[in-house]
Order: sequence, then C-alpha cells, then structure tokens
Amino acid sequence: MVSRGNSGGQSCVGAVEEKKLELRLGLPSGEEWSTVKERDREQAHSVESHGGHFSKVAKSNISNFCVGSNGGFLGSVELNSQGFWQQQGLLQLQAKAGVVEEPKEKTNGSGEKQQSLDKKGCGPPEAHAAASGNSAVANNNSSQTRTTTTPVVGWPPIRSFRKNIAYTSKPFPEPQNESSKIVTKIESKEKGLFVKINMDGIPIGRKVDLKAYDSYEKLSLAVDELFRGLLAAQKDPLAPGTQKSAEEKQAITGLLDGSGEYTLVYEDDEGDRLLVGDVPWNMFISTAKRLRVLKSSDLCASSLRTVSRKRTATDS
Amino acid sequence: MREEASEMSEDEEAGGAKERWAPDLGGGGEGGGSAVPFSDRVLEIVLENVLQFLTSRRDRNAASLVCRSWYRAEAQTRRDLFIGNCYAVAPRRATERFRGVRSIVLKGKPRFADFSLVPYGWGAHFSSWLFAMAPVYPWLERICLKRMTIADDDLSRIAHSFPLFKDLTLICCDGFSTVGLAIIADKCRHLRVLDLIEDYLEDEDDDEVVDWISRFPETTTSLESLVFDCVAGAFNFEALEALVARSPGLRRLRVNHHVTLEQLRRLMARAPQLTHLGTGAFRSGSVGAEAELDLTSSFAASKSLVCLSGFREVEPEYLPAIYLVCANLTSLNFSFANLTAEELKPVIQHCRNLRTFWVLDTVGDEGLLAVSQACRDLRELRVFPLDATEDSEGSVSDIGLQAISEGCRKLQSILYFCQQMTNAAVIAMSKNCPDLVVFRLCIMGRHRPDRITGEPMDEGFGAIVMNCKKLTRLSVSGLLTDKALAYIGKYGKLVRTLSVAFAGNSDLGLRYVLEGCSGLQKLEIRDSPFSDSALLCGVHHYYNMRFLWMNSCKLSMRGCKDVAERLPNLIVEVITDGTTNDAEEVERLYMYRSLEGPRNDAPPFVKIL
Repeated sequence: MVSRGNSGGQSCVGAVEEKKLELRLGLPSGEEWSTVKERDREQAHSVESHGGHFSKVAKSNISNFCVGSNGGFLGSVELNSQGFWQQQGLLQLQAKAGVVEEPKEKTNGSGEKQQSLDKKGCGPPEAHAAASGNSAVANNNSSQTRTTTTPVVGWPPIRSFRKNIAYTSKPFPEPQNESSKIVTKIESKEKGLFVKINMDGIPIGRKVDLKAYDSYEKLSLAVDELFRGLLAAQKDPLAPGTQKSAEEKQAITGLLDGSGEYTLVYEDDEGDRLLVGDVPWNMFISTAKRLRVLKSSDLCASSLRTVSRKRTATDS
Repeated sequence: MREEASEMSEDEEAGGAKERWAPDLGGGGEGGGSAVPFSDRVLEIVLENVLQFLTSRRDRNAASLVCRSWYRAEAQTRRDLFIGNCYAVAPRRATERFRGVRSIVLKGKPRFADFSLVPYGWGAHFSSWLFAMAPVYPWLERICLKRMTIADDDLSRIAHSFPLFKDLTLICCDGFSTVGLAIIADKCRHLRVLDLIEDYLEDEDDDEVVDWISRFPETTTSLESLVFDCVAGAFNFEALEALVARSPGLRRLRVNHHVTLEQLRRLMARAPQLTHLGTGAFRSGSVGAEAELDLTSSFAASKSLVCLSGFREVEPEYLPAIYLVCANLTSLNFSFANLTAEELKPVIQHCRNLRTFWVLDTVGDEGLLAVSQACRDLRELRVFPLDATEDSEGSVSDIGLQAISEGCRKLQSILYFCQQMTNAAVIAMSKNCPDLVVFRLCIMGRHRPDRITGEPMDEGFGAIVMNCKKLTRLSVSGLLTDKALAYIGKYGKLVRTLSVAFAGNSDLGLRYVLEGCSGLQKLEIRDSPFSDSALLCGVHHYYNMRFLWMNSCKLSMRGCKDVAERLPNLIVEVITDGTTNDAEEVERLYMYRSLEGPRNDAPPFVKIL
C-alpha cells in the first residue's frame, strides 16, 4: 500500500478529487451530493481523527470534520487524490454523554510517524475534548500498542446473557452464572435502587425503587398503593378481571408509627431487621436491602432492634 | 431452533391488525349485528364459514376492508391475533372487535431494549392486556409475548382464567420468577407448550426459588415442548426425569446448564422420540469414560432428532457421541460452545443436511471454511463473538465470510460479528447468495473501514441492496458515509427492518433512507449525526411504520415536537436517562403510530410530546 507523499504536517487538504465509483450510482439528486461536498470543504477544519485499526497498511491521511459551534455534526469525509479512502475513523464527540472515544494507536507497519496534529480549536467544549484526545495520541506517537476504547452502552449489540460466555463456556462451577445475572441486573437497573418488598399474607413479593422517593411518607404511600389492591384481591379471590375503585379497597395506613394494622420494617446490609423511619432518609436508602410489611400484632420487641429515635433536622 | 421466533421478527403485512389509517370501519361497537337485516346475516354466516380457512393475517386484513359485512365476518372468525406493538392499540379495542380469539401474539419493547438502551420500567406490561382478555376470551389457548413484562401475578391469572390454556411462549420477557412458573405448571392441565426463550427472570434468594418442575400434575401430561434453558437456577432433576417419562407427546426439550451428560443420558432414555434437544452443559458431572459409551447409544436411539442446542461448558471429547444424528440434523446451535476449528471440523463434516447453524467465532475463519464445504444446504448462519468488546482480537473476518458465500449458495439469513471486514467479501456474498433475505453484519470496532483498502464499507453494503433482490432486513456497521445510505434508499425497496449504528455524515444520510425505502417499517438508529431536519423528511411515511427508534443522534425537542404536531396519531416518546442536563437535547426517541393517543402508564423518565 503506497503511503502518501505529503505525510508530515498535513493539515487541511486543499485540493480534493472525487473517487471513481466502482458501482455507478445515480443519487437522488446527483448535483446535491457534490454541492454538499463543496460546502463542507469550505467549512472544514481539520481535526485529527483516530480510532481505526489497521494491521497491514500505513496510514497517513486525515479526515476532516467540522464541529459547528452549536455542536452539530456538519462535516463530511474528504477523499484524497490517490483515489484511496484513508479514513481513520471518527473522534466521537458526545459531549453530553461524557463519552470521548480514546484514540486508538495505529499499528504502523512502516513505522511511519503519525500525523502531527492540527488542532484548530473550535471553541466549543466538544473540540476541547477533541484536543485533549489528540494530545494523548501525540504523546504516544511511537507506541505500537492499542489503547482500549471507552465502552459504549449497548455496543456491540449482544444480549447480556451472551456476554460472559468466555467464563461460562468452559467447565466451571456455579458462580460465573451469577456474574452474568449480576451483569444483567446492573445493566437493566443501573439507575434505580430496587429492593424487594414482601407483605405478610401475600405470596408474591414486589420491588420498589427507593430512589424514586425522597421521604418516608412518600414511601409509605407507595407501599399502600402497591399492596392495597393485592390485599383486597386476597380477601376476595373470586373477582378476577375486575378492578375495584380505589375507595372500595382499604387503605394501608400507619405503616411508620405503629398505629396501623401493618408496620413497615427493613433489613439492612448486616441482616438486622429494623423499623423503618428511625434514621435519616439518605442513610436508610443506602443501607436498606429489603423491606417487609408485617402485621403490627406480630411484631415483638425482641425480633427487632430499634435504632435510637433521635431524628435530625434533615428528616423530611 | 426458534422457528416461531424468526417468524415473529418478520412482518408480513404493511399495517397492523386494523390500522390502515382509513376511517374506522364500523368501530368496535357494532359487534352483535342487532341492526343487520336477516338476509345479510345469512350471507355473513356463509362468509364466516369461508373465512375460517383464511389464516394469513395479511389476507385477513385485506378481507376486513371490503365492506362492513366482511369486516364483521372477519372479526368473528379471526382466531390468531397479532399485535406488533402493544401500544398501537388498546386492549379493549382489540377484544371488542375480535370476539373469538384463541391465540394472541404481543410484542412490547423496542429491540434496542435488549442492549440496555431502554431504561428499566419503561413499559410493555402484559397485565393490562390480561385484564381485558380474561373475561372475554375464556377459550384462549395460546399466549406468545416478546419483550414484555409479565409478572407472577399475571401468570397466576392466566392459570385461573383460561381453562383450556395450552401454549405459553415468552421471548425476551422479564418480570416473572419460578413462583409464577409453579402456578402455571400446577394449574394448566392442558398445557402443551411452555417455551421460555432468553427471558430474564426476577432474582430470587435461595429460599424463594420454587421447584416448579415438581408442580406438574402427577398424571400423564400433554406436554409437547418444554424449553427452559434461560431459567438459570438449579432444579430437581428427578422431578424432571419423571415428568419427561410421563409426557409421551414431548418432542422439544431444552434444559438449562445444570444438566450434566449423565443426566442427559437419562432424559434421552425416557424420551427417544424427541425432535429438538437442548443439551444443557454437555459436560460430565464426574470423572471417567463411562459416560461416553452410553452417550453414543443414547444418540443412536434418538432417531428423530433434527435440532440440537445447548452445549454450554462443552467438553469436546464427548462430541463424537452426536455423529450418529448429525446426518439428520437441520439445526445446530453451537453458539455457547467454545470450540476451536479442529474441534468443530469432525462434527460439522457429518452435518450435510444442516439448514441452520449458530456458532461462536472461536472456530475462526478456518472453522467457517469447513462449514462452507460441508453444509451446502445452509440457509441461516449466525456467528457470535466470544468476547463482545470492541478491542477483542476477533477470530473471524472477511475470509470466513467469503468462504461461506462460496460454499453456501442458498444462504437466506446471516448474522455475523467480526472485527475486520472488506468490501470485496461483502460484494462477493451479494453475488454468490442472491437469496439473502436477512443480512446483518456487525463490525464490532466502530467506524472501522475496509481492512485492506481503508475505504468505507459503502460499496459492500451497496452491493448487498443492489444484488439481493429479496432483502427485507439489513443491519449495517463499520465506517459508512451518506453514500451507503443513499444506496440503501435507492435499492432497498423491500427492506422492512433497518438497523443503523455509527453511520453517515449528515442529514442527507437519513433523508435518503426515509425518502427511498418505501417498504420500511422498523428503523433503529444510534449514534449517527442526524438532526431534526432529517427527521422531518420521514413525515410522509411514519404512519406506515411500526416504529422509529433513535438514540444519541442530533435531535432536539423542537424538532420532535414539530413531528408530533404534524402527525397527531404518532406517539413521540422522548426517553431521558439522566445523562444530560440540556432540556432541549433529545437523547432517546421512540416514535410509533397508535390509535389510542399517549399511553397512561409512562414512567417519569418518558416524556410524550
């Protein structure tokens, strides 16, 4: 593969020629294609791009992208005059998501130095990210190793149960299957804090997202809503398919202060069972591992450890 | 393997069960025929008897549009209801129109939910459908769900509401656990099919896991298919063995990875009539050569086997046991088997009649060459990566693809994960395999160009849409410019499902697709530079589509609102995931047509415009 003569210090490609297409294509508006290219050529800054992986070919080109001031993606990819497409890939700019693809090193068969960088700073934050990425590459100029890219959510598009095959496909005891389960759980519920909640007398438990609430009162209301219908259904199991109105079902109240028929308790990370409501909310959600709704009459002092009832000002 | 599932992913008709976006014919209220003259009613009865023979839903949709009389007759006689998007129509509308439904297929979340792009709790709850159906479909026999959330409560309700229930198939669903399965096993006395395929069961502590296999009735069962390889927990093996022994009609059995070869032998002895077998772990539970001998005779006795899968934790020294059945196999799933080319070759050489083959890329290009030489009749190939990351070494490449294209000329469907690809190989496949209907190529490194020429992969995918005249499903990857999308728009007239990732340079790319692909029904796009103006280019077509999904593109609220205003029957959902503080930016967009308006079960992170 012939490397380009103007390898060093290449910045904006001035003259660009069109590649001859192997497959003739009549584009929907053929003129528009070249008009677009004209426009983009004029606007193009040059930003060194990285990310391609070449084991056999020495690369020496640039792809040009314009990062507009509003963050829009306007650039097109330029062609070189030799008729080879020497695109090295994009520097993915996802400013909001905070993912900046770390540049991959090229494995350079001929040992040719990488392009010197032409960072025409484009003002906006995205370009700043680009610049920092580029400088990282410049520093590792002669390195032949590849740095790993920052993983992107959901790519490659493989379902999670296929992801840990490397560990589960060879004879191994149980644990790795759990790790694949954990992976699934993390991926699907990474934003919430779901804990199981069971209620006395109801065989099927539920889950609540503690992060969805910011106070004990709201949690108590949610528990009421969650189980009210189920409790009513338990008492009247012959009513399938009908939903009673909210008033007909009896509300579950007094969960927090011991005044109701049921009381809300939780289990912390040490396995202790505690009354809900004693500690500041934030401390509660960080230590609670599961919840239970017990009949108040079943609670006895010895089965619970009550935490000191001192409430701080941060309690809601 | 998953014949039913592959049917489900291909849509035969351009519209849903009822929406042609013509005025609602007759509506749901006119069911009883009380206002219909007697003579017309006689004609309708004749018509109903004739329409019973019409099974294709596309034909039925067409018949229902002829006139009101045909509409009513068709509604009375439709037995199989297919709802491609559970939010496109309300359960009550469906149950009021179709009174005699025996089987329902429902699809929920968009496919990108499989890749963690749809936050937990988004929706697609089966319970609202169940509440509507339970009172009015007492004869319901079959429920098939894909990407829906079904709770143990729902399973309980199914078991109690439908006395003739026969078939529960759950694909990529979540929300249930062994508690619900136990209720199904216990109460559904006519159960024939219990297929749990790639579901995510709820976590259960050890003391919560229910031994559901033991809950099947003690008497002879009607079971024909029992698939539970995705139910990860351990179970009572003796109960399973006994169940298999008293299920003379069992034809399909796929067990989970807890089943060792010794146990498999016992199961096969109980069920020599099996046609589909999922082998679990395919490793010995003990040390010793005894298992091998007996295994060979087990397979020798299973003369009906046509489909083998499982092979997790495979110990290759036991593979020779299956040689005897290989000649009869039409489907082989090695996609969990970490095999080298050398370990694969002796097996695959026996599989002359294979039509479907799933494999891990550990077999390398060399293994694929062996496949191409042995399996001349191959119709479907899927090559999965052992290490699904962008930086992995990658064991298969354009060389393997080229070999397959030269050997397997009848190929119809391919899914191929790799790290390196060339346009030449893809072009070769487009010419060698003209019957391709599904072409899904995933070059795992983003924006990766042709390995040899360094060019974008435009020409390769262009050749696919140009030369494969039957192509209906396409997934693209690698470095792609607007030109690739222009090719797709120009030549991909039959494409119904298109998946685009990290592709294109400008709005033109999306515009080419939206204006060109007149048959497009499902479009998924991620991380591509398409903005609001491109989105507007599809306004003429969105009502014909099942959905459009876009994430991490360049969309803004203003543009999405614009589309929502122009198309009142289009539901425009903006899904936030907390990664952006910019209220104007749209990170995830999911749009779909609906007769019902915005759904009322949307969680807080979904904003419907």
